[in-house]
Amino acid sequence: MSEGKKKVDNRRTIDPAALAVIDKNTANGQIETAYERYVNMQPQCNFGRTGVCCRICLQGPCRITKKSSKGICGAHGYTIVARNLIRAISGGTGAHADHSRHMLYALMEVLEGKAPDYSVEDSEKLKRVAGKLGLEVEGKEDNELLEAVLQQAISDFSKVTTEPCKWLETNVVPERMEVFDRCNIQPRSVHTTIAETMGATHMGVDADPVNLIFQGLKTSLCDYICMHIGTDLSDILFGTPKPVYTEANFGVIDPEMVNIAVHGHNPLLSEMIVRVARDMKEEAEAAGAKGVKCMGICCTGNEVLMRQGVPVLTNFLSQELPMMTGAMDAMVVDVQCIMPGVKAVSECSNTRIVTTMAHSKIPGSYHVDFSEEHAVAKAREVVNLAIEAYKERQGNEIDIPDVKNKVTAGFSLEAIEDVLSAVNADEPIKVITDAVDSGQLRGVALFAGCNNLRVTHDNSQITIMKELAKNNVLMVATGCAAGSAAKLGLLNAEAVEKYAGEGLKEFLDTLNEANKDKLKEKLPLIFHMGSCVDNTRAYDLTTALARQWDVDVPKVPFVASAPEAMSEKAVSIGSWCVTLGVPTHVGVVPEVTGSALVDGVALQIAEDVYGGYFMWEEDPEKAVEKILAALDERAWKLKVHKQTAEKYETELSTGW
Amino acid sequence: MTEGVLSQEWEQSFDEIFDGAVDETNPPVKLFEKAYDGAVIATSYAEILLNQAIRRYGPDKPVGYPDTGYYLPVIRALSGEAVEKLGDLPPILNRMRNQIREELNFHNARLCGEAAAYSAEIIEALRYLDGARPHVEPWTGFLGDPVVRRYGILLVDWTIPGQAVIMGKGKSSEDVGKLVMDLQAKGFMIFLCNQAIEQAIEAGCKLGIDFIAFPIGNFTQVIHAVNYALRAGIAFGGIPPGERDNTRDYQRRRVRAFVLQLGEIDEVQVAAHFAAIFLGFPVITDQDLPEDEQIPNWYVSHPNYEDLLQVAMEIRGIKLKIVDIPIPITVGPAFEGEVIRKGDMRVEFGGSKTTAFELVESVSEDEIEDGKIEVVGPEIDETEEGSALPLGIMVKIFGRKMQEDFESVLERRIHYLINYGEGLWHMAQRDTIWMRISKDAAEKGFKIRDFGELLVAKFKDEFPSIVDRVQVTLITDAEKVEQELERAREFYSARDERLRGLTDESVEEFYSCILCQSFAPNHCCVVTPERLGLCGAVSWLDGKAAYEIDPSGPNRPIKKEGLIDEDKGIWESVNEYVYQNTNRMIEECSMYSFMDRPMTSCGCFECIMAIVPEANGVMITTREYGGDTPVGMTFSTLAGSVGGGVQTPGFMGHGRAYVLSRKFISADGGLARVVWMPKELKDSLGDELRQRAEEEGLGADFVEKIADETVGTSAEEILPFLEEKGHPAMSLEPLM
Repeated sequence: MSEGKKKVDNRRTIDPAALAVIDKNTANGQIETAYERYVNMQPQCNFGRTGVCCRICLQGPCRITKKSSKGICGAHGYTIVARNLIRAISGGTGAHADHSRHMLYALMEVLEGKAPDYSVEDSEKLKRVAGKLGLEVEGKEDNELLEAVLQQAISDFSKVTTEPCKWLETNVVPERMEVFDRCNIQPRSVHTTIAETMGATHMGVDADPVNLIFQGLKTSLCDYICMHIGTDLSDILFGTPKPVYTEANFGVIDPEMVNIAVHGHNPLLSEMIVRVARDMKEEAEAAGAKGVKCMGICCTGNEVLMRQGVPVLTNFLSQELPMMTGAMDAMVVDVQCIMPGVKAVSECSNTRIVTTMAHSKIPGSYHVDFSEEHAVAKAREVVNLAIEAYKERQGNEIDIPDVKNKVTAGFSLEAIEDVLSAVNADEPIKVITDAVDSGQLRGVALFAGCNNLRVTHDNSQITIMKELAKNNVLMVATGCAAGSAAKLGLLNAEAVEKYAGEGLKEFLDTLNEANKDKLKEKLPLIFHMGSCVDNTRAYDLTTALARQWDVDVPKVPFVASAPEAMSEKAVSIGSWCVTLGVPTHVGVVPEVTGSALVDGVALQIAEDVYGGYFMWEEDPEKAVEKILAALDERAWKLKVHKQTAEKYETELSTGW
Repeated sequence: MTEGVLSQEWEQSFDEIFDGAVDETNPPVKLFEKAYDGAVIATSYAEILLNQAIRRYGPDKPVGYPDTGYYLPVIRALSGEAVEKLGDLPPILNRMRNQIREELNFHNARLCGEAAAYSAEIIEALRYLDGARPHVEPWTGFLGDPVVRRYGILLVDWTIPGQAVIMGKGKSSEDVGKLVMDLQAKGFMIFLCNQAIEQAIEAGCKLGIDFIAFPIGNFTQVIHAVNYALRAGIAFGGIPPGERDNTRDYQRRRVRAFVLQLGEIDEVQVAAHFAAIFLGFPVITDQDLPEDEQIPNWYVSHPNYEDLLQVAMEIRGIKLKIVDIPIPITVGPAFEGEVIRKGDMRVEFGGSKTTAFELVESVSEDEIEDGKIEVVGPEIDETEEGSALPLGIMVKIFGRKMQEDFESVLERRIHYLINYGEGLWHMAQRDTIWMRISKDAAEKGFKIRDFGELLVAKFKDEFPSIVDRVQVTLITDAEKVEQELERAREFYSARDERLRGLTDESVEEFYSCILCQSFAPNHCCVVTPERLGLCGAVSWLDGKAAYEIDPSGPNRPIKKEGLIDEDKGIWESVNEYVYQNTNRMIEECSMYSFMDRPMTSCGCFECIMAIVPEANGVMITTREYGGDTPVGMTFSTLAGSVGGGVQTPGFMGHGRAYVLSRKFISADGGLARVVWMPKELKDSLGDELRQRAEEEGLGADFVEKIADETVGTSAEEILPFLEEKGHPAMSLEPLM
């Protein structure tokens, strides 16, 4: 509640472009955005915030207070908190399942010849995925192989039998599978598990907090499964990312172009828009523009950045603001993290908000019913809407903050391994493990997650990234965390000079030197691994590190951090990180603190069972300390265990 | 000083000892809530794992720890169930789940603790399915019965003053290192759990079974400290499995454990803490807790490391007699088992490389200068690293109550006293000794002279009533060593001569030993010149010396009166003494038969003999031998039925050296009955055994007729061998 009493203003961002727009808007006093709505929302409900508000049955809402220590049904605080938590995990998993299933449908249509505008772009990736799944690859046609991979994916999505899900089994170290078996959190399939979770959290079913949490962790493994499927299928369909060079922030808007922002999460439509936009230069010129320029917001933006080098416009929280420059002609959206607030802003800016998905619409916006069968035609329809808008905005006031930064992105795990193999072709990952063993690097950190107005926009991500750079932590990033880094100039080689500590600098220099003939520019401070669905790429790196060290993941000095977590997907991703053995910092205290039991399991006991655990820390400076301590703890333990094994001439202890 | 947790007594129920501990006007509800939450987590987690294991392996899957005859000891001790398969566990776990109560009070918090202990035992047992060994050295996980037997006695007779269970992660490795070393110097048994292990390793602490400092593991592995302590209660306390209150009372009185919780505390740890409190062990944490999250004497916050141990000992009621020895190394039983490898050695003595010997000599008042220590020959810093020096350790002792007979008793203590020194190593005795000083000890400044300091201080400390003055000469000069050795050998042969004359017939009295009654109240040893105590540590001379040192101590003379059966060695006076001193449990007892009213055991036996009816003989197994035997039981399993003061004809515990005695089961046929023993025992008895066989008229090759594990570990396997060799037992009169 303290925040409610403090004076809260709307200048809750460190992004100078966003701030310029906010300040101008404040001066004009016209349009309400998330920054103002947050101020108006204070104080927020503390029962909800701590997770003790139960609205699962119609007797409610119930909340835990000193006077009423249980719900009307007798549910303890821990039951209420655990149920709410795992429903959030289920929501996140549902969103990712949705995303990946759409990729699956599209590829099925490609196979059936019903999606003439798409084809398998990366048959090497197809072979790698098939090989990993244990499918016979030799002598198989792409279509045959694709069919088999898709059948496997369908099975992981929906089978009702108990054998392990392939995408889980083949992507984690075997020790993890044993832990899941032992703890009975091996999912049958993605869809059955989401349904189980909804069933188990219905009024009067599971009241046992540990049982509920385990069900939640099982669901989070499904999140991992469908995310990994999503990434693999996207790579097969659109290509595995390789290094790309572009720019980020509002300065990428060109008033003389038809400006289209792609926003949401799915590459199916955005890839087509980008392709069609290039082809529709003539139409744009006919309307008086120099051409059509695409730019990305949120994770659809990350998808087209990674594969097409499309500039980054902004990340989640500031999604409404680019329209207020007066130069955005269309914002085409697909699914997830699209603020309905964009519609009201567009009313003042002449921007066409175009929704495209059957289950993701906004009243009053344009809706183009996208289908894979008519992908190009639908994309053209969208671009035409933008060209119309461009024509209409001529003569309007345009004010674009002159802020942009250079960006190097496109680091799929394959791309990272490619860079490393210039130093060690046989064991590329050993380049990292050696650097950690020698103390040159302090460990590896993943930045993931969103933006969240409960903390200052971009501030937590950027502060922690800079500090970890100084402390020689090798960093990878995804999603809107990577967005922060892109917008504010951390995804380029200059940032290495400015922020990296000696060890990290040396490490990157060695890679630059070895790759000088291969890379167009020097490596960035942080490796951008993709959209939030691509977090499994980062976990694949963890698995590779574990295999290189020949240990289970809980011994690997790898930390995940979601400094500005917001969505249910962040909850499910964080949960699988912990289940898969990774210490996970979350920079916004989630809605679990109403139960000391659930909180204690998340923060401490999870480590004893799974090896991973959560760290809640909203203060970025303190978060840095905790993240470094977590890395140091693991590096220290690994060192002590190795020395002990040598001394006693035993295998390495499997304890963590 | 308070008596700490020992201040309260109980009549009807053990839980009475907790009466009044909590301030009812301001109870530590938050602490109780954590215990409740922790018990919910622990029981729920155990349920998930257990039922999943049953789904995976079926209810008939055997479950148990390796090397134990006590099933799952926590459950066995507290509720008596002999858990053997997974299907046995759900009803037990359900009973525990059912005792978790929502009302937050001290009583319920202890029940939560008990539930957490059961849960942890179940969770841990599941890690050992299919004979898995989930830990590598130095991590121990579950400690088998051999380790319980090795140190359990010392724990419950307070030679080891207490058991410290360190959980969590300390402020720094250095702090944890200091704490562990301090505990070791004071002789404590130490259990480490969680990161305190890595911290202690990093601080260079000596850890492992040999150092009585057990890095048991993480999380629920802390239960291995509990199942260790509880087995000591059953094995030595003779407390029947399932007597929950008596078990706890024994733990509180005899085991003297306490928990040191370092660093952040989670809910499951709090539940574990209440499991400790439930058993009568206090918890001291370095966390700063408010008054209303503490329980005086039971759950105490003490953030200062400087006197953390002192406070813990006070709360636990442990008082130590501290001997200050002016040498630069730590001295304590923790280092007794320390081995110094060649590479870690600064200098060595004896061991066939040089001449070395030790001699304790009783002298008159004017032949001794008290406290004088002299080194004749080169000191350690005058030697090459890794070299060997000759050594003569000559200890003169004067005491008004000292007797010549005690020389050998005191001389044998040299072995232990030197081994207690960190970085010192001593083997064998007399002129066969072999000793080493480690590089570490030398670097800390240890000198050869310091052996003298150690012996002077320790002899005076351990034998205050017979030792008044001590003088030590340490000879490293080769020529002088040879000279003095001649003299020493005269002493040895004179002593041997005297010992040969020392037979059961030649003495007037035997000595009792009730040292172990502190933990095995129904057992009384009778030690005769030709039958040493079953622990191997108390000979007739030891008993006599101990009686001189402390006439009201555990060793008392028993006059040989009223002979009933000469063959079996039964006397009226002995029977009467034993009857009175076993809580009137044992009415009669024979000295020389294992088939008829044999002597009972506390649990400390070095060996167990058991009848092999098929071979008409006996087999002997030892504490060191972990394998199967021809009676189908391991040492651990046999120990379960022999210990605790019970007479079991056909089975008997005894000392290793008893095999060489003329009176070795002489009523049952003697040495000729032995058909099987582990190879290690055969080898270590060696020539002496051959000599005995010849004396018995069995022929020197008799030893070759005794089967061992290389021949077989079942009666069927060894019978053909015995027949082929013509083992004499086959033709003796039937044992049964």
